[in-house]
Amino acid sequence: MTAAAVEVKRLTKTFNAGRPDAVDALVDIDLTIRPGEFVSLIGPSGCGKSTQLRLIANLLEPTTGEVLVNGKPARQARLDQDYGMAFQQAGLFEWRSVVKNVELPLELKGWNKEKRHGRALEMLELVKLPEFAEHLPWQLSGGMQQRVAIARALAAHPPLLLMDEPFGALDEMTREHMQAELLRICGETGTTVVFVTHSIPEAVYLSTRVVVMSPRPGRIKTLVDVNLGSTRTVDTREDPAFFRKVTEVREALRGMQVTDLDEAGLEP
Amino acid sequence: MRSTTFTGSRRVRTNHSVVEVLWPPLVFGLGFLALWELAVKVFDFQPYFLPPPSAIWDQFKENPQLIWNATKVSGLNALIGLLVGTALGIAISFLLGRFRLVNELMTPLAIALNAVPIFVLVAVFNNMFSITSEVPRRLMVTLVVYFIVLVNVTRGLREVGPTQLELMRSYAASEVAILRKVRVPNAVPYLFTALKIAAPAAVITAFVSEYFGGSQNGLGSRIVASIAISKNATAWAYVLGACLLGLTFYLITVALERVTTPGGVAARRRAGA
Amino acid sequence: MFVLSLVAVAVLWELYKLVGPQDGGKLFGITILPRANDIAMPHVWDMLSRYAEPERRGASGSIFLVVLSGAWFSFRLALTGFVLGTSIGIGLAVLMARYRIVERGLLPYLVISQTVPLIALAPLVVSWGGKLHIGGFEWPRWLSAAVLGAFLAFFPVAVGTLKGLTSAPQAASLELMDSYAASWRQTLFKLRFPAAVPFMIPALKLAATASVIGVVVAEISTGLAGGVGRLIIEYAREATSDPAKVFTAVFGAAALGLVMAGSVALIDLATMRTRPPKEAFE
Repeated sequence: MTAAAVEVKRLTKTFNAGRPDAVDALVDIDLTIRPGEFVSLIGPSGCGKSTQLRLIANLLEPTTGEVLVNGKPARQARLDQDYGMAFQQAGLFEWRSVVKNVELPLELKGWNKEKRHGRALEMLELVKLPEFAEHLPWQLSGGMQQRVAIARALAAHPPLLLMDEPFGALDEMTREHMQAELLRICGETGTTVVFVTHSIPEAVYLSTRVVVMSPRPGRIKTLVDVNLGSTRTVDTREDPAFFRKVTEVREALRGMQVTDLDEAGLEP
Repeated sequence: MRSTTFTGSRRVRTNHSVVEVLWPPLVFGLGFLALWELAVKVFDFQPYFLPPPSAIWDQFKENPQLIWNATKVSGLNALIGLLVGTALGIAISFLLGRFRLVNELMTPLAIALNAVPIFVLVAVFNNMFSITSEVPRRLMVTLVVYFIVLVNVTRGLREVGPTQLELMRSYAASEVAILRKVRVPNAVPYLFTALKIAAPAAVITAFVSEYFGGSQNGLGSRIVASIAISKNATAWAYVLGACLLGLTFYLITVALERVTTPGGVAARRRAGA
Repeated sequence: MFVLSLVAVAVLWELYKLVGPQDGGKLFGITILPRANDIAMPHVWDMLSRYAEPERRGASGSIFLVVLSGAWFSFRLALTGFVLGTSIGIGLAVLMARYRIVERGLLPYLVISQTVPLIALAPLVVSWGGKLHIGGFEWPRWLSAAVLGAFLAFFPVAVGTLKGLTSAPQAASLELMDSYAASWRQTLFKLRFPAAVPFMIPALKLAATASVIGVVVAEISTGLAGGVGRLIIEYAREATSDPAKVFTAVFGAAALGLVMAGSVALIDLATMRTRPPKEAFE
């Protein structure tokens, strides 16, 4: 049997532990993600969804509990570049051309010039931007920059893609287009995705499962299974099944106290 | 400073952090002085190379009157130049806002002068005025300060948020009203930025001006004179005096800024700086 | 436009010569208005034509060549100082970015040093020349001038580079490098330095000017021979017999400063070629 793509066991995370301003960001998180799944984390500000993503990425260390990625401890997975990551800001290096940006993770792995250049061009092919290889990031639109960031995240062919509100800064139309593109790319590459978002329709449209989280302290409230089939199109967004799932997630989120008091500090 | 409403534990933490902030620079500073002292002793440096800090301090303590007199001369030159240059800079920057041509003539000049060792003009001023008077030195300081203030205040008057301007226009406000309500308040922080650069620059210029000959009464001349008679520790003592003068000018500017722009201070506190 | 403003300054100068008092205006016994006579304020055309004449009667070649070689001498000193100071400044900034304790111990002094007339050290450092021996090495006088230039140049570079290294990279970019398990060195060279360039350029501009100032002051305060600073002092003494002479050297010093600043502007152009145009930042 193959190892789970991500396994989170009895995870807690406390910021400023042992100090008067200690905050429980996450408690008792158990979550298993199978290879090939697309899992969204959704919840109000301060529910710890970004924190959880960073714990999986080993950008933060858990206070207690364990995170396994591909059956390895998260730290080892990070060292092996077993995952790629994309953020809300595309975060391209403005002093590098588009193709050089995609090459970055390969460069750090010590790949030689030709090999990484070839791979980077392949990745730009995948995100349908091959003709922009030699452009500079600022010459691209926001949506195109985000596609380059996805190409960069997938350049090393990691089995897992971690995304932190990657489309949050895009306008609605670009956003829907990017969602379709992401599904196509993941379908072609078979990549497992953990996706943090604020948007209910986005979570439902993209995911095989939606993890609904509640704040203070952050914990998993419910898991909503979504199965809209592998071929989702524009019509899917108008499908009654789609609306039923949106409603289900919205119901799950309802009743949570939504405040933005001092919550920003919880989500790095 | 500390309010009494703080709880005990909080006060301890505050004290603790003050210590935490202060100890690294203190250790570095004292360590540096100790190393300097030690190096002089161990390697037996000649006094013309490096006198030990203790000798410099002795000289500083022994000649307070001499150092104070020299400091007064250089300090007064710097102060007069600073005041006149600032007044002039502010006045002209208001004019620049009004007259486009003057602005377009002045701006490239100010930028170019930034890159030029402008103080060499003292040599010219000495001929234009009387070399034995303090006027050339003061004029030099004035000129240096003037350009710093000019560039910054002009920017402050001009770089106003477009939204604020649109708002004022929507009120059908006159240019004068826009100047008073928007541009001048906007320029105040820029003025202080300029002053924080100009105050130390005034001291430095006052000082360097003395290297061009003329009366031998300021700090700069005293340093050169002390070296000429191989009293290097005394020269270092004058350097110490010069540093204190520069620091005083800077701190007064900072204090002025705090007093006149209370909002700015509050904002800084909130930002945690 | 710059040429026009120079012309405007020249016109003002000549205008003042027309209307200004010959022996200066006095107020309460202090000369307030400059003397407008030809000794204190020579005509602009005299300054320019002076370049074609020899340095002194009987000397061969024009004074232009003398000033040029003086400026070239000072330029090499300033460049040495600039390179030395910049390297030290960048090294220190990397150290401070790497070890917080170094930053906390050192930075306050760097900030204070900006408010203090370090130039006061000029005559002291120059006095080492010819006297100081380190092993078999005799400290040459010109090296003092370069060291002083370096001394003034390294502060702005250290502060500017530190600011660039620590605050220029976006948090997401740093996380990205972490997610690749990149080493501190890799992050330094692939992310922090390139991101810091926009912060370093203005610092380098300051450093270029500072190194020129350091060198010229060193020359002037101690009469170090060979450079343009010494020429100014020398020529200023001859003002009564040859008033236009000093201006040739003054303009030489100005040109020196502009050339140094221009070199940094070239670095700016070369490194910022790929960066977004300024509007894109806002």
